Amino acid sequence: MTTERWDTDPVLTVEHVTMRFGGLVAVNDLSFKAGRGDITALIGPNGAGKTTVFNCITGFYKPTMGLLDLAHRDGKRFMLERMPDFKISGKAKVARTFQNIRLFSGMTLLENLLVAQHNALMLASGMTIGGILGIGGYKAKEKEAMERAKYWLDKIRLTARADDPAGDLPYGAQRRLEIARAMCTGPELLCLDEPAAGLNPRESAELNELLLGIRESEKTSLLLIEHDMSVVMEISDHVVVLEYGIKISDGTPAFVQNDPRVIAAYLGVDDEEVETVEKQLDVLTGEAG
Amino acid sequence: MEIFIQQLINGITLGSIYGLIAIGYTMVFGIIGMVNFSHGDVFMVSAFIALIFFLVLTTWLGIASVALALFLVMIIAMVLTGLLSWTIERVAYRPLRGSFRLAPLISAIGMSIVLSNFIQVAQGPRNKPTPPMVRDVIVLMDSNGYAVTLSYKQIIIMATTAVLLAVFWYVVQKTPLGRAQRACEQDRKMAALLGVNVDRTISLTFVMGAALAAVAGTMYLMYYGVVNFSDGFVPGVKAFTAAVLGGIGSLPGAVLGGLLIGLIETFWSGYFSIDYKDVAAFSILAIVLIFMPQGILGRPEVEKV
Repeated sequence: MTTERWDTDPVLTVEHVTMRFGGLVAVNDLSFKAGRGDITALIGPNGAGKTTVFNCITGFYKPTMGLLDLAHRDGKRFMLERMPDFKISGKAKVARTFQNIRLFSGMTLLENLLVAQHNALMLASGMTIGGILGIGGYKAKEKEAMERAKYWLDKIRLTARADDPAGDLPYGAQRRLEIARAMCTGPELLCLDEPAAGLNPRESAELNELLLGIRESEKTSLLLIEHDMSVVMEISDHVVVLEYGIKISDGTPAFVQNDPRVIAAYLGVDDEEVETVEKQLDVLTGEAG
Repeated sequence: MEIFIQQLINGITLGSIYGLIAIGYTMVFGIIGMVNFSHGDVFMVSAFIALIFFLVLTTWLGIASVALALFLVMIIAMVLTGLLSWTIERVAYRPLRGSFRLAPLISAIGMSIVLSNFIQVAQGPRNKPTPPMVRDVIVLMDSNGYAVTLSYKQIIIMATTAVLLAVFWYVVQKTPLGRAQRACEQDRKMAALLGVNVDRTISLTFVMGAALAAVAGTMYLMYYGVVNFSDGFVPGVKAFTAAVLGGIGSLPGAVLGGLLIGLIETFWSGYFSIDYKDVAAFSILAIVLIFMPQGILGRPEVEKV
Protein backbone atom coordinates (compact mmCIF):
# COMPACT_ATOMS: atom_id res chain seq x y z
CA MET A 1 0.00 0.00 0.00
CA THR A 2 1.23 3.45 -0.87
CA THR A 3 1.72 6.12 1.76
CA GLU A 4 -1.34 8.33 1.78
CA ARG A 5 -1.64 11.92 2.93
CA TRP A 6 -3.24 10.91 6.20
CA ASP A 7 -0.18 8.88 7.10
CA THR A 8 2.25 11.72 6.60
CA ASP A 9 0.34 14.59 8.25
CA PRO A 10 -2.45 13.33 10.47
CA VAL A 11 -4.57 15.74 12.53
CA LEU A 12 -5.93 12.87 14.60
CA THR A 13 -4.20 9.59 15.33
CA VAL A 14 -6.32 6.91 16.93
CA GLU A 15 -4.17 4.13 18.31
CA HIS A 16 -5.44 0.83 19.62
CA VAL A 17 -8.59 2.34 21.10
CA THR A 18 -10.84 -0.11 22.90
CA MET A 19 -14.07 0.84 24.60
CA ARG A 20 -15.81 -1.70 26.80
CA PHE A 21 -19.14 -1.33 28.55
CA GLY A 22 -19.04 -4.16 31.06
CA GLY A 23 -18.89 -7.26 28.89
CA LEU A 24 -19.80 -5.47 25.69
CA VAL A 25 -16.90 -4.44 23.51
CA ALA A 26 -18.18 -1.50 21.48
CA VAL A 27 -14.86 -0.63 19.86
CA ASN A 28 -12.07 -3.14 19.67
CA ASP A 29 -8.44 -2.17 19.08
CA LEU A 30 -9.21 0.51 16.55
CA SER A 31 -6.38 2.40 14.89
CA PHE A 32 -6.68 4.94 12.11
CA LYS A 33 -5.42 8.34 11.09
CA ALA A 34 -7.37 11.33 9.87
CA GLY A 35 -5.38 13.58 7.58
CA ARG A 36 -5.06 17.31 8.06
CA GLY A 37 -7.46 19.15 5.79
CA ASP A 38 -9.10 15.89 4.75
CA ILE A 39 -12.72 14.94 4.99
CA THR A 40 -12.55 11.57 6.66
CA ALA A 41 -15.69 9.45 6.76
CA LEU A 42 -16.36 6.82 9.37
CA ILE A 43 -18.92 4.36 8.04
CA GLY A 44 -20.32 1.02 9.02
CA PRO A 45 -23.58 -0.82 9.67
CA ASN A 46 -25.75 0.07 12.66
CA GLY A 47 -24.11 -0.72 15.97
CA ALA A 48 -20.63 -0.80 14.47
CA GLY A 49 -19.32 1.59 17.15
CA LYS A 50 -18.99 4.76 15.08
CA THR A 51 -20.70 7.06 17.57
CA THR A 52 -18.72 5.43 20.39
CA VAL A 53 -15.53 6.45 18.60
CA PHE A 54 -16.88 10.01 18.40
CA ASN A 55 -17.77 9.96 22.06
CA CYS A 56 -14.23 8.89 22.91
CA ILE A 57 -12.73 11.65 20.76
CA THR A 58 -14.91 14.37 22.26
CA GLY A 59 -14.55 13.24 25.87
CA PHE A 60 -18.05 11.84 26.42
CA TYR A 61 -16.40 8.54 27.26
CA LYS A 62 -12.91 7.76 28.43
CA PRO A 63 -11.67 4.88 26.29
CA THR A 64 -10.87 1.70 28.20
CA MET A 65 -7.55 1.49 26.38
CA GLY A 66 -5.66 3.28 23.68
CA LEU A 67 -4.42 6.68 22.65
CA LEU A 68 -6.07 9.60 20.89
CA ASP A 69 -3.48 12.05 19.68
CA LEU A 70 -4.47 15.37 18.17
CA ALA A 71 -1.90 17.53 16.42
CA HIS A 72 -2.53 21.19 15.65
CA ARG A 73 -1.18 23.00 12.63
CA ASP A 74 1.33 24.80 14.83
CA GLY A 75 2.65 21.50 16.16
CA LYS A 76 0.90 21.52 19.56
CA ARG A 77 -0.22 18.04 20.54
CA PHE A 78 -3.02 16.90 22.82
CA MET A 79 -3.73 13.56 24.45
CA LEU A 80 -7.51 13.67 24.17
CA GLU A 81 -8.14 10.60 26.31
CA ARG A 82 -6.70 12.42 29.32
CA MET A 83 -8.59 15.70 29.00
CA PRO A 84 -11.94 16.69 30.54
CA ASP A 85 -14.64 17.40 27.96
CA PHE A 86 -14.69 21.20 28.18
CA LYS A 87 -10.95 21.34 27.58
CA ILE A 88 -11.19 19.11 24.52
CA SER A 89 -13.30 21.81 23.00
CA GLY A 90 -11.61 24.83 24.56
CA LYS A 91 -7.94 23.87 24.34
CA ALA A 92 -7.62 21.01 21.87
CA LYS A 93 -10.18 22.61 19.52
CA VAL A 94 -12.30 19.62 18.67
CA ALA A 95 -15.95 20.40 17.95
CA ARG A 96 -18.81 18.05 17.24
CA THR A 97 -22.43 17.86 16.23
CA PHE A 98 -24.97 15.24 17.17
CA GLN A 99 -27.13 12.70 15.42
CA ASN A 100 -30.13 14.01 17.33
CA ILE A 101 -29.67 17.76 17.19
CA ARG A 102 -28.63 19.35 20.48
CA LEU A 103 -29.12 23.06 20.04
CA PHE A 104 -30.01 25.30 22.97
CA SER A 105 -33.54 25.49 21.68
CA GLY A 106 -34.71 28.18 24.09
CA MET A 107 -31.94 30.57 23.10
CA THR A 108 -31.78 32.64 19.95
CA LEU A 109 -29.66 31.67 16.97
CA LEU A 110 -27.23 34.44 17.76
CA GLU A 111 -26.93 33.37 21.39
CA ASN A 112 -26.28 29.80 20.33
CA LEU A 113 -23.35 31.01 18.28
CA LEU A 114 -22.11 33.26 21.09
CA VAL A 115 -22.14 30.47 23.66
CA ALA A 116 -19.74 28.65 21.35
CA GLN A 117 -17.32 31.56 21.79
CA HIS A 118 -17.73 31.55 25.54
CA ASN A 119 -14.10 31.03 26.46
CA ALA A 120 -12.68 34.06 24.71
CA LEU A 121 -15.53 36.27 25.92
CA MET A 122 -15.40 35.08 29.50
CA LEU A 123 -11.70 35.83 29.71
CA ALA A 124 -12.14 39.22 28.09
CA SER A 125 -14.98 40.16 30.40
CA GLY A 126 -12.74 39.56 33.41
CA MET A 127 -15.12 36.90 34.73
CA THR A 128 -18.14 39.12 34.06
CA ILE A 129 -17.29 41.96 36.43
CA GLY A 130 -15.25 43.85 33.85
CA GLY A 131 -17.96 43.10 31.32
CA ILE A 132 -20.66 44.79 33.37
CA LEU A 133 -18.51 47.82 33.98
CA GLY A 134 -17.48 47.90 30.34
CA ILE A 135 -13.76 47.97 31.06
CA GLY A 136 -10.88 46.05 29.55
CA GLY A 137 -10.93 44.63 26.07
CA TYR A 138 -14.40 43.23 26.47
CA LYS A 139 -16.21 45.56 24.09
CA ALA A 140 -13.81 44.79 21.26
CA LYS A 141 -13.90 41.07 21.90
CA GLU A 142 -17.67 41.05 22.01
CA LYS A 143 -17.81 42.87 18.73
CA GLU A 144 -15.44 40.33 17.24
CA ALA A 145 -17.58 37.45 18.53
CA MET A 146 -20.67 39.11 17.10
CA GLU A 147 -18.95 39.52 13.74
CA ARG A 148 -18.00 35.90 13.67
CA ALA A 149 -21.51 34.79 14.62
CA LYS A 150 -22.94 36.97 11.88
CA TYR A 151 -20.44 35.63 9.37
CA TRP A 152 -21.61 32.09 10.07
CA LEU A 153 -25.27 33.01 10.12
CA ASP A 154 -24.74 34.51 6.71
CA LYS A 155 -22.94 31.42 5.53
CA ILE A 156 -25.81 29.14 6.55
CA ARG A 157 -28.31 31.69 5.20
CA LEU A 158 -30.15 32.26 8.48
CA THR A 159 -29.27 35.91 9.10
CA ALA A 160 -32.92 36.93 8.92
CA ARG A 161 -33.79 34.69 11.83
CA ALA A 162 -30.91 35.66 14.12
CA ASP A 163 -33.19 36.62 17.01
CA ASP A 164 -35.62 33.71 16.82
CA PRO A 165 -35.37 30.82 19.28
CA ALA A 166 -33.32 28.02 17.73
CA GLY A 167 -36.07 25.52 18.52
CA ASP A 168 -38.42 27.22 16.04
CA LEU A 169 -36.23 26.48 13.02
CA PRO A 170 -37.10 23.73 10.57
CA TYR A 171 -35.05 20.57 10.80
CA GLY A 172 -32.63 21.22 7.96
CA ALA A 173 -31.87 24.72 9.25
CA GLN A 174 -31.26 23.35 12.75
CA ARG A 175 -28.64 21.00 11.29
CA ARG A 176 -26.92 23.88 9.53
CA LEU A 177 -27.03 25.95 12.71
CA GLU A 178 -25.48 23.14 14.69
CA ILE A 179 -22.59 23.02 12.22
CA ALA A 180 -22.22 26.81 12.38
CA ARG A 181 -22.20 26.68 16.16
CA ALA A 182 -19.47 24.05 16.12
CA MET A 183 -17.48 26.21 13.69
CA CYS A 184 -17.78 29.21 16.00
CA THR A 185 -15.54 27.41 18.48
CA GLY A 186 -12.79 27.73 15.85
CA PRO A 187 -12.09 24.01 15.69
CA GLU A 188 -9.05 22.27 14.30
CA LEU A 189 -11.08 19.09 13.89
CA LEU A 190 -14.84 19.07 13.35
CA CYS A 191 -16.67 15.83 14.06
CA LEU A 192 -20.08 15.49 12.44
CA ASP A 193 -22.40 12.70 13.49
CA GLU A 194 -24.66 11.92 10.54
CA PRO A 195 -25.01 15.47 9.26
CA ALA A 196 -27.19 14.39 6.32
CA ALA A 197 -29.65 12.28 8.33
CA GLY A 198 -33.21 13.34 7.63
CA LEU A 199 -32.29 15.84 4.93
CA ASN A 200 -33.94 15.82 1.53
CA PRO A 201 -31.70 15.50 -1.56
CA ARG A 202 -31.58 19.25 -2.11
CA GLU A 203 -30.63 19.97 1.50
CA SER A 204 -28.13 17.17 1.34
CA ALA A 205 -26.46 18.73 -1.70
CA GLU A 206 -26.35 22.07 0.13
CA LEU A 207 -24.75 20.36 3.08
CA ASN A 208 -22.02 18.92 0.86
CA GLU A 209 -21.35 22.39 -0.41
CA LEU A 210 -21.21 23.81 3.12
CA LEU A 211 -18.79 21.13 4.28
CA LEU A 212 -16.53 21.53 1.27
CA GLY A 213 -16.65 25.29 1.83
CA ILE A 214 -15.62 24.87 5.45
CA ARG A 215 -12.64 22.80 4.45
CA GLU A 216 -11.71 25.26 1.75
CA SER A 217 -11.98 28.53 3.65
CA GLU A 218 -11.33 27.51 7.27
CA LYS A 219 -8.80 24.71 6.63
CA THR A 220 -10.65 22.68 9.23
CA SER A 221 -10.25 18.92 9.10
CA LEU A 222 -13.53 17.03 9.09
CA LEU A 223 -14.40 13.65 10.51
CA LEU A 224 -17.89 12.47 9.76
CA ILE A 225 -20.15 9.55 10.40
CA GLU A 226 -22.52 9.06 7.54
CA HIS A 227 -25.00 6.57 6.18
CA ASP A 228 -25.81 8.54 3.09
CA MET A 229 -23.40 6.99 0.60
CA SER A 230 -23.80 9.82 -1.88
CA VAL A 231 -22.38 12.21 0.73
CA VAL A 232 -19.59 9.83 1.64
CA MET A 233 -18.50 9.11 -1.89
CA GLU A 234 -18.89 12.64 -3.14
CA ILE A 235 -17.01 14.62 -0.56
CA SER A 236 -14.75 12.39 1.49
CA ASP A 237 -11.07 11.88 0.79
CA HIS A 238 -10.63 8.96 3.10
CA VAL A 239 -13.04 6.32 4.39
CA VAL A 240 -12.70 4.10 7.44
CA VAL A 241 -15.16 1.22 7.72
CA LEU A 242 -16.14 -0.34 11.04
CA GLU A 243 -18.09 -3.47 11.75
CA TYR A 244 -18.77 -4.76 15.26
CA GLY A 245 -16.20 -2.34 16.63
CA ILE A 246 -13.42 -3.59 14.37
CA LYS A 247 -11.92 -1.75 11.43
CA ILE A 248 -12.52 -3.77 8.29
CA SER A 249 -11.35 -1.35 5.65
CA ASP A 250 -9.45 1.92 5.35
CA GLY A 251 -8.60 3.86 2.23
CA THR A 252 -9.84 6.12 -0.53
CA PRO A 253 -13.58 6.00 -1.33
CA ALA A 254 -12.90 4.12 -4.50
CA PHE A 255 -10.78 1.54 -2.69
CA VAL A 256 -13.35 1.03 0.06
CA GLN A 257 -16.25 0.84 -2.35
CA ASN A 258 -14.71 -2.17 -4.00
CA ASP A 259 -13.42 -3.87 -0.88
CA PRO A 260 -15.14 -7.26 -0.67
CA ARG A 261 -15.20 -7.13 3.12
CA VAL A 262 -17.14 -3.88 3.00
CA ILE A 263 -19.54 -5.28 0.47
CA ALA A 264 -20.01 -8.31 2.67
CA ALA A 265 -20.58 -6.20 5.75
CA TYR A 266 -23.20 -4.09 4.05
CA LEU A 267 -24.95 -6.69 1.97
CA GLY A 268 -24.44 -9.61 4.29
CA VAL A 269 -23.16 -12.21 1.81
CA ASP A 270 -21.97 -15.45 3.28
CA ASP A 271 -18.35 -16.46 3.47
CA GLU A 272 -18.20 -18.64 0.38
CA GLU A 273 -19.58 -15.89 -1.72
CA VAL A 274 -17.01 -13.47 -0.34
CA GLU A 275 -14.30 -15.91 -1.32
CA THR A 276 -15.59 -16.11 -4.86
CA VAL A 277 -15.83 -12.34 -5.02
CA GLU A 278 -12.32 -12.08 -3.71
CA LYS A 279 -11.09 -14.55 -6.32
CA GLN A 280 -12.83 -12.62 -9.05
CA LEU A 281 -11.30 -9.43 -7.76
CA ASP A 282 -7.89 -11.03 -7.75
CA VAL A 283 -8.41 -12.11 -11.32
CA LEU A 284 -9.57 -8.63 -12.24
CA THR A 285 -6.71 -6.87 -10.54
CA GLY A 286 -4.36 -9.44 -12.00
CA GLU A 287 -5.70 -8.66 -15.45
CA ALA A 288 -5.45 -4.98 -14.83
CA GLY A 289 -1.91 -5.31 -13.51
CA MET B 1 -58.44 52.05 52.56
CA GLU B 2 -55.62 53.20 54.83
CA ILE B 3 -55.03 49.68 56.01
CA PHE B 4 -54.99 48.52 52.42
CA ILE B 5 -52.31 50.98 51.38
CA GLN B 6 -50.25 50.36 54.48
CA GLN B 7 -50.38 46.62 53.98
CA LEU B 8 -49.56 47.02 50.32
CA ILE B 9 -46.37 48.88 51.24
CA ASN B 10 -45.48 46.33 53.90
CA GLY B 11 -46.26 43.47 51.57
CA ILE B 12 -44.05 44.75 48.78
CA THR B 13 -41.20 45.24 51.23
CA LEU B 14 -41.50 41.74 52.59
CA GLY B 15 -42.03 40.38 49.11
CA SER B 16 -38.81 42.02 47.90
CA ILE B 17 -36.85 40.14 50.55
CA TYR B 18 -38.54 36.85 49.65
CA GLY B 19 -37.95 37.53 45.97
CA LEU B 20 -34.22 38.08 46.48
CA ILE B 21 -33.91 34.79 48.33
CA ALA B 22 -36.16 32.97 45.86
CA ILE B 23 -33.83 33.80 42.98
CA GLY B 24 -31.12 31.70 44.61
CA TYR B 25 -33.45 28.71 44.77
CA THR B 26 -34.76 29.09 41.28
CA MET B 27 -31.34 29.55 39.62
CA VAL B 28 -29.77 26.57 41.29
CA PHE B 29 -32.81 24.47 40.50
CA GLY B 30 -32.73 25.63 36.92
CA ILE B 31 -29.11 24.74 36.36
CA ILE B 32 -28.69 21.47 38.27
CA GLY B 33 -32.25 20.48 39.12
CA MET B 34 -31.57 20.46 42.82
CA VAL B 35 -33.46 22.16 45.66
CA ASN B 36 -30.74 23.84 47.69
CA PHE B 37 -32.23 23.48 51.14
CA SER B 38 -29.31 25.19 52.80
CA HIS B 39 -30.07 28.45 50.97
CA GLY B 40 -32.32 29.72 53.77
CA ASP B 41 -29.53 29.21 56.27
CA VAL B 42 -27.04 30.89 54.00
CA PHE B 43 -29.43 33.85 54.14
CA MET B 44 -29.46 33.66 57.94
CA VAL B 45 -25.66 33.51 58.11
CA SER B 46 -25.49 36.55 55.86
CA ALA B 47 -27.70 38.47 58.29
CA PHE B 48 -25.25 37.60 61.08
CA ILE B 49 -22.31 38.67 58.93
CA ALA B 50 -24.12 41.94 58.30
CA LEU B 51 -24.80 42.36 62.03
CA ILE B 52 -21.19 41.75 63.01
CA PHE B 53 -19.75 44.04 60.37
CA PHE B 54 -22.28 46.76 61.07
CA LEU B 55 -21.19 46.81 64.68
CA VAL B 56 -17.52 46.65 63.74
CA LEU B 57 -17.85 49.51 61.28
CA THR B 58 -19.93 51.80 63.45
CA THR B 59 -18.36 51.23 66.87
CA TRP B 60 -14.76 50.24 66.24
CA LEU B 61 -14.05 52.07 63.04
CA GLY B 62 -16.35 54.90 63.96
CA ILE B 63 -18.13 55.34 60.67
CA ALA B 64 -20.84 57.81 61.52
CA SER B 65 -22.80 57.74 58.29
CA VAL B 66 -25.37 54.95 58.48
CA ALA B 67 -25.83 54.98 54.72
CA LEU B 68 -22.12 54.41 54.12
CA ALA B 69 -21.98 51.75 56.82
CA LEU B 70 -24.98 49.93 55.37
CA PHE B 71 -23.53 50.04 51.90
CA LEU B 72 -20.18 48.66 53.06
CA VAL B 73 -21.90 46.01 55.16
CA MET B 74 -23.93 44.91 52.19
CA ILE B 75 -20.84 44.57 49.99
CA ILE B 76 -18.93 42.68 52.68
CA ALA B 77 -21.89 40.39 53.34
CA MET B 78 -22.25 39.68 49.60
CA VAL B 79 -18.58 38.76 49.24
CA LEU B 80 -18.36 36.62 52.36
CA THR B 81 -21.67 34.87 51.78
CA GLY B 82 -20.71 34.21 48.19
CA LEU B 83 -17.51 32.65 49.45
CA LEU B 84 -19.46 30.55 51.94
CA SER B 85 -21.82 29.34 49.28
CA TRP B 86 -18.95 28.56 46.92
CA THR B 87 -17.38 26.45 49.65
CA ILE B 88 -20.63 24.65 50.40
CA GLU B 89 -21.10 23.81 46.74
CA ARG B 90 -17.51 22.61 46.47
CA VAL B 91 -17.59 20.50 49.62
CA ALA B 92 -21.15 19.24 49.89
CA TYR B 93 -22.68 19.20 46.39
CA ARG B 94 -20.06 18.84 43.68
CA PRO B 95 -18.70 15.49 44.88
CA LEU B 96 -22.25 14.15 44.74
CA ARG B 97 -23.03 15.36 41.25
CA GLY B 98 -23.75 12.36 39.07
CA SER B 99 -24.81 10.41 42.12
CA PHE B 100 -28.47 9.51 42.57
CA ARG B 101 -30.88 12.41 42.68
CA LEU B 102 -31.60 12.44 46.39
CA ALA B 103 -27.96 12.48 47.50
CA PRO B 104 -27.31 16.23 47.06
CA LEU B 105 -30.73 16.94 48.57
CA ILE B 106 -29.86 15.09 51.76
CA SER B 107 -26.46 16.77 51.73
CA ALA B 108 -28.20 20.16 51.46
CA ILE B 109 -30.41 19.41 54.45
CA GLY B 110 -27.29 18.38 56.35
CA MET B 111 -25.57 21.60 55.36
CA SER B 112 -28.59 23.57 56.56
CA ILE B 113 -28.41 21.92 59.98
CA VAL B 114 -24.65 22.47 60.15
CA LEU B 115 -25.02 26.19 59.44
CA SER B 116 -27.83 26.88 61.90
CA ASN B 117 -26.14 24.86 64.62
CA PHE B 118 -22.82 26.53 64.01
CA ILE B 119 -24.42 29.94 64.43
CA GLN B 120 -26.26 28.74 67.52
CA VAL B 121 -22.97 27.67 69.06
CA ALA B 122 -20.89 30.58 67.85
CA GLN B 123 -23.39 33.40 68.37
CA GLY B 124 -25.63 32.00 71.06
CA PRO B 125 -29.26 30.94 70.86
CA ARG B 126 -30.82 34.28 71.76
CA ASN B 127 -32.14 37.00 69.50
CA LYS B 128 -29.38 39.35 68.47
CA PRO B 129 -30.62 42.93 68.30
CA THR B 130 -29.02 45.83 66.48
CA PRO B 131 -29.46 49.48 67.28
CA PRO B 132 -32.07 50.86 64.89
CA MET B 133 -30.24 51.85 61.75
CA VAL B 134 -32.74 53.94 59.87
CA ARG B 135 -35.60 55.54 61.75
CA ASP B 136 -37.15 58.18 59.54
CA VAL B 137 -40.61 57.66 58.17
CA ILE B 138 -42.73 59.58 55.72
CA VAL B 139 -46.39 59.97 56.64
CA LEU B 140 -48.35 59.49 53.43
CA MET B 141 -51.83 60.10 54.76
CA ASP B 142 -53.34 60.58 58.14
CA SER B 143 -57.03 60.12 58.81
CA ASN B 144 -58.88 59.40 62.00
CA GLY B 145 -55.67 58.82 63.83
CA TYR B 146 -54.48 56.06 61.50
CA ALA B 147 -51.33 57.17 59.74
CA VAL B 148 -50.14 55.44 56.58
CA THR B 149 -46.39 55.51 56.71
CA LEU B 150 -43.63 54.68 54.34
CA SER B 151 -40.38 54.30 56.21
CA TYR B 152 -36.96 55.07 54.77
CA LYS B 153 -35.91 51.49 55.34
CA GLN B 154 -38.80 50.30 53.21
CA ILE B 155 -37.72 52.66 50.47
CA ILE B 156 -34.16 51.39 50.77
CA ILE B 157 -35.33 47.78 50.50
CA MET B 158 -37.52 48.37 47.47
CA ALA B 159 -34.94 50.50 45.69
CA THR B 160 -32.06 48.11 46.38
CA THR B 161 -34.12 45.17 45.20
CA ALA B 162 -35.11 46.94 42.03
CA VAL B 163 -31.54 47.98 41.21
CA LEU B 164 -30.14 44.54 41.95
CA LEU B 165 -32.76 42.82 39.85
CA ALA B 166 -31.90 45.08 36.95
CA VAL B 167 -28.18 44.32 37.28
CA PHE B 168 -28.93 40.66 37.69
CA TRP B 169 -31.20 40.58 34.66
CA TYR B 170 -28.45 42.22 32.65
CA VAL B 171 -25.90 39.63 33.78
CA VAL B 172 -28.14 36.72 32.89
CA GLN B 173 -29.35 38.08 29.56
CA LYS B 174 -26.36 39.91 28.18
CA THR B 175 -23.07 38.63 29.53
CA PRO B 176 -21.10 35.53 28.55
CA LEU B 177 -21.61 34.16 32.06
CA GLY B 178 -25.38 34.51 31.78
CA ARG B 179 -25.39 32.87 28.38
CA ALA B 180 -23.30 30.02 29.76
CA GLN B 181 -25.74 29.64 32.63
CA ARG B 182 -28.71 29.47 30.32
CA ALA B 183 -26.85 27.05 28.07
CA CYS B 184 -25.99 24.80 31.03
CA GLU B 185 -29.60 24.95 32.10
CA GLN B 186 -30.69 23.49 28.78
CA ASP B 187 -27.96 20.99 28.06
CA ARG B 188 -24.98 20.78 30.36
CA LYS B 189 -23.10 18.22 28.31
CA MET B 190 -23.45 20.19 25.11
CA ALA B 191 -22.31 23.37 26.85
CA ALA B 192 -19.18 21.53 27.99
CA LEU B 193 -18.55 20.42 24.41
CA LEU B 194 -18.60 24.05 23.35
CA GLY B 195 -15.88 24.83 25.86
CA VAL B 196 -18.01 26.11 28.74
CA ASN B 197 -16.53 25.13 32.08
CA VAL B 198 -19.72 23.70 33.55
CA ASP B 199 -18.41 23.20 37.07
CA ARG B 200 -17.28 26.79 37.26
CA THR B 201 -20.56 28.05 35.85
CA ILE B 202 -22.46 26.10 38.50
CA SER B 203 -20.19 27.46 41.23
CA LEU B 204 -20.76 31.01 40.02
CA THR B 205 -24.51 30.38 40.01
CA PHE B 206 -24.33 29.43 43.66
CA VAL B 207 -22.23 32.51 44.38
CA MET B 208 -24.69 34.80 42.59
CA GLY B 209 -27.66 33.29 44.44
CA ALA B 210 -25.83 33.68 47.74
CA ALA B 211 -24.90 37.29 47.01
CA LEU B 212 -28.56 38.13 46.48
CA ALA B 213 -29.44 36.23 49.66
CA ALA B 214 -26.83 38.35 51.45
CA VAL B 215 -28.54 41.51 50.26
CA ALA B 216 -31.80 40.06 51.55
CA GLY B 217 -30.07 39.21 54.83
CA THR B 218 -28.75 42.74 55.26
CA MET B 219 -32.17 44.18 54.46
CA TYR B 220 -33.86 41.75 56.82
CA LEU B 221 -31.55 42.80 59.63
CA MET B 222 -32.10 46.47 58.91
CA TYR B 223 -35.87 46.02 58.69
CA TYR B 224 -36.48 43.93 61.78
CA GLY B 225 -33.42 44.96 63.78
CA VAL B 226 -33.05 41.48 65.21
CA VAL B 227 -31.75 38.14 64.00
CA ASN B 228 -31.74 34.65 65.42
CA PHE B 229 -29.96 31.44 64.45
CA SER B 230 -33.27 29.82 63.44
CA ASP B 231 -34.29 32.70 61.20
CA GLY B 232 -33.09 30.88 58.10
CA PHE B 233 -35.83 28.32 58.15
CA VAL B 234 -39.12 30.15 57.78
CA PRO B 235 -37.95 32.82 55.28
CA GLY B 236 -36.12 30.04 53.43
CA VAL B 237 -39.24 27.93 53.12
CA LYS B 238 -41.29 30.98 52.16
CA ALA B 239 -38.80 31.95 49.48
CA PHE B 240 -38.76 28.41 48.17
CA THR B 241 -42.56 28.53 48.09
CA ALA B 242 -42.28 31.78 46.19
CA ALA B 243 -39.97 30.16 43.65
CA VAL B 244 -42.39 27.26 43.18
CA LEU B 245 -45.39 29.57 42.99
CA GLY B 246 -43.75 31.71 40.33
CA GLY B 247 -42.58 28.66 38.41
CA ILE B 248 -39.29 27.17 39.52
CA GLY B 249 -36.49 27.83 37.06
CA SER B 250 -37.98 31.17 36.00
CA LEU B 251 -36.29 34.34 37.26
CA PRO B 252 -39.20 36.76 36.83
CA GLY B 253 -41.33 34.02 38.35
CA ALA B 254 -39.23 34.00 41.50
CA VAL B 255 -39.64 37.75 41.96
CA LEU B 256 -43.36 37.63 41.20
CA GLY B 257 -43.80 34.68 43.55
CA GLY B 258 -41.90 36.52 46.29
CA LEU B 259 -44.08 39.60 45.94
CA LEU B 260 -47.25 37.50 45.95
CA ILE B 261 -46.29 35.57 49.07
CA GLY B 262 -45.32 38.81 50.79
CA LEU B 263 -48.61 40.46 49.86
CA ILE B 264 -50.74 37.47 50.83
CA GLU B 265 -49.05 37.34 54.19
CA THR B 266 -49.40 41.00 55.04
CA PHE B 267 -52.96 41.31 53.78
CA TRP B 268 -54.03 38.24 55.68
CA SER B 269 -52.39 39.65 58.81
CA GLY B 270 -54.06 43.00 58.25
CA TYR B 271 -57.58 41.83 57.58
CA PHE B 272 -57.86 38.45 59.23
CA SER B 273 -55.54 36.86 61.72
CA ILE B 274 -51.82 37.33 62.06
CA ASP B 275 -51.46 33.84 63.51
CA TYR B 276 -52.72 32.22 60.33
CA LYS B 277 -50.65 34.20 57.83
CA ASP B 278 -48.42 31.24 56.99
CA VAL B 279 -51.44 28.99 56.57
CA ALA B 280 -52.87 31.49 54.10
CA ALA B 281 -49.64 31.72 52.11
CA PHE B 282 -49.22 27.98 51.82
CA SER B 283 -52.91 27.37 51.07
CA ILE B 284 -52.73 29.73 48.15
CA LEU B 285 -49.62 27.93 46.96
CA ALA B 286 -51.54 24.63 47.09
CA ILE B 287 -54.48 26.08 45.18
CA VAL B 288 -52.28 27.63 42.49
CA LEU B 289 -50.32 24.43 42.05
CA ILE B 290 -53.50 22.39 41.59
CA PHE B 291 -54.52 24.53 38.63
CA MET B 292 -51.07 25.49 37.35
CA PRO B 293 -48.67 22.70 38.31
CA GLN B 294 -45.75 24.42 36.60
CA GLY B 295 -46.26 27.64 38.57
CA ILE B 296 -47.38 31.02 37.28
CA LEU B 297 -44.54 31.73 34.84
CA GLY B 298 -42.95 28.30 34.67
CA ARG B 299 -42.54 26.38 31.46
CA PRO B 300 -44.40 23.09 31.33
CA GLU B 301 -42.05 20.17 31.91
CA VAL B 302 -40.88 18.77 28.61
CA GLU B 303 -39.68 15.22 28.54
CA LYS B 304 -36.05 15.21 27.47
CA VAL B 305 -35.12 12.54 24.96
